[in-house]
Amino acid sequence: MDFSFTEEQTLLRNSVEKYLADNYKFEDWRKFTRGDVGRDPKHWSQFAELGLLAAPLPEAYGGLGGDAVSSMIIMQEFGRSLVVEPYVPTVVVGGSVLTHGGSETQKEEWLAKIAAGETIMAFAFAESGGRFNLADLTTTAKKQGSGYVLNGQKSVVIAGPWADQLIVTARTSGGRRDAKGVSVFLVDKKAKGVSVRDFPTVDSSRASEVTFENVEVPADRLIGELDNGLPLIERAVDEAIAATCAEATGAMKVLVDATVEYSKQRKQFGVPIGKFQALQHRMVDMFVNSEQSTSITLMVTLNLGSSDVERKKAASAAKVQIGNSGRFVGQGAVQIHGGMGMTDELNVGHYFKRLTTIDTLYGNVDYHLRRFAALDADKAA
Amino acid sequence: MDISFSPEEEAFRAEVRAFIAEAKTQLPKASVGEPESATRSKEDYLAWHKLLYKKGWVAPLWPKEYGGPGWSVTQRYIFNEECAKAETPVTLPFGLSMVGPVIFTFGSDEQKKKYLPRIMSGEDWWCQGYSEPGSGSDLASLRTRAVRDGDYYIVNGQKTWTTLAQYADWIFCLVRTNPDAKQQEGISFLLIDMKTPGITVKPIIVLDGAHEVNEVFFDNVKVPVANRVGEENKGWTYAKFLLVHERSGIARVAGSKRAVEKLKEIARTELDDGKPLIQTEAFSNKIAELEIELSALEYTELRTLAAESKGKMAGPESSILKIRGTEIQQRITELTEEAVGYYAFPNERRLGSNEYPVGPDYALGVAGRYFNMRKASIYGGSNEIQRNIIAKAVLGL
Repeated sequence: MDFSFTEEQTLLRNSVEKYLADNYKFEDWRKFTRGDVGRDPKHWSQFAELGLLAAPLPEAYGGLGGDAVSSMIIMQEFGRSLVVEPYVPTVVVGGSVLTHGGSETQKEEWLAKIAAGETIMAFAFAESGGRFNLADLTTTAKKQGSGYVLNGQKSVVIAGPWADQLIVTARTSGGRRDAKGVSVFLVDKKAKGVSVRDFPTVDSSRASEVTFENVEVPADRLIGELDNGLPLIERAVDEAIAATCAEATGAMKVLVDATVEYSKQRKQFGVPIGKFQALQHRMVDMFVNSEQSTSITLMVTLNLGSSDVERKKAASAAKVQIGNSGRFVGQGAVQIHGGMGMTDELNVGHYFKRLTTIDTLYGNVDYHLRRFAALDADKAA
Repeated sequence: MDISFSPEEEAFRAEVRAFIAEAKTQLPKASVGEPESATRSKEDYLAWHKLLYKKGWVAPLWPKEYGGPGWSVTQRYIFNEECAKAETPVTLPFGLSMVGPVIFTFGSDEQKKKYLPRIMSGEDWWCQGYSEPGSGSDLASLRTRAVRDGDYYIVNGQKTWTTLAQYADWIFCLVRTNPDAKQQEGISFLLIDMKTPGITVKPIIVLDGAHEVNEVFFDNVKVPVANRVGEENKGWTYAKFLLVHERSGIARVAGSKRAVEKLKEIARTELDDGKPLIQTEAFSNKIAELEIELSALEYTELRTLAAESKGKMAGPESSILKIRGTEIQQRITELTEEAVGYYAFPNERRLGSNEYPVGPDYALGVAGRYFNMRKASIYGGSNEIQRNIIAKAVLGL
């Protein structure tokens, strides 16, 4: 049993940590997340230069051949610094669907571009009315000539405004919510018939509502098998969940540390408030939640290569733990910081908000509890 | 034991209902809806106040001689319930429920004449100068200093978390007039004109992007001694009186009931695997738990009101209302945020003012309200402090 990082992994963590400490300060973050663009594009190029975008991708296609542990390390550090750059949609989701579903040509073209920082992808999977069910789709792609024609609408596409490519799920056959009949396309955002409405999000990122109106998609933009895209997407989402859980653990650690520190400084009734047992126990529980979250993030990360059922169970378990713990830690941090925790000026509230959206992303606690329980019953049967 | 209303009370309810229906047609659009709306102007805030004032109903807590409607506790309860059901705006508490009662209970005749009519009419907007950067839960440690200089006090120091001070004409302040006495014994209660030279108001932006609260700085501010309420160094007595008044109505049962109805409407519309979210077991159980807790709180509040109507002042048990009331308010906003799924993400405060909302109308601002409502367990004596009060004063621990 060994949970220690290899030398390479330690180097990776140190380099991300150092880059963010030097270049991704909270005050800068505040400025660029409120600017017109919502991010500072120089960071994406720097991430490419540091090898972060190539880290988990296969060596044969321009990657560095790391595994999910690399993404975990990167995302933990990103979580600590509230990084908004679209690593998960591009490197994790894009990397996953291409690696596991892409043709040789597609891999050669797109994995190399991801690794080099030459493309940004957004993941257009959610639809209004579909909630968290990845197969509940009204967006359709119909065969036309050698390619497809795409029609429909996608909701809250994170990083949509920054992306040049959209990873789109669409129904190519079957009824709404059928597992069979889902296909995955890589759609050029500039293609005729794609329209977007960009907007800021409550966690200081950006997203788009995306409409497809008779968008012609060439055959070489289909990723994986026709009608059999759901397993590919489920795998990509489970990988995205693992990475997002890692981000959440980074955010939770910051909040626990900040709250403990604040409770040592802030005095009321002549003593630091950290001396009050009611607050001590709450902070201990925040710490326990943060540690449990770190553990379950390791669990899911190390099980991404297991059987489909084991992988899904691991991802759902992690998402439930992170959702509950994120809320507990976020709410506790705000509460113990008192009025200060309510301010936009202090970073605490921004971590709390990010942990809130993370609970919803890729399915909330209720959704994953249900999925976990259903998978468990299947196995027993 | 009887929980029914008398025919007179039912007649009163009908009268209130009829008034509200008519009054609502006269309200500007921006004055209705969530109280922290970004587009609400000072006039919008006051629109409901002025309609109630015209009717003579603006100050239910005030005795008749100062212009109150002379309602019984039950009538006040009915009035609040009907207002919440109809989703009317709320009047701001700072003048009507806070400084007003302090002035008519402890103020001089001149003070009553000067301030009360203008609070009632809405001509003067009041804000509350209690908390300071170093004095939150431990309010009595406050350090804003008032030094006597002939007929004036010279005030120096800082208040914070001052709600809507940006609109205020007056601020009621706790200031230290005797630094050598024991903490609670050196405090006085001053009424300060916000136009006095030396006062600076600085906005504090909170989690959902709203400008609700402020810092207020005092730099050699000259305040006439005539603006002191009651005796010098007895301000803590008046402050505590006000805090008790602040707690009445803190349970917000009627408002929470309405908010639960809204949540259920949303959960009936949102789909989960093709069926309404409200039909999924996990979510409907959570709503049920909320409703049950709220129903218990309603009866806890009624018990308090019944005791009050027999002339018994609310005691430290009323901290229960603050604790559970705010926890329920927070839970409702949390579940509403959960109900709308991904459409909680759009930040409508950063959309251009002419842009239509992203997603369904009912999702507008739900995340912001969840974030914003975290304040409820912090303000008005944090819920930790309320638990300390119960531990000490009720359980004798």
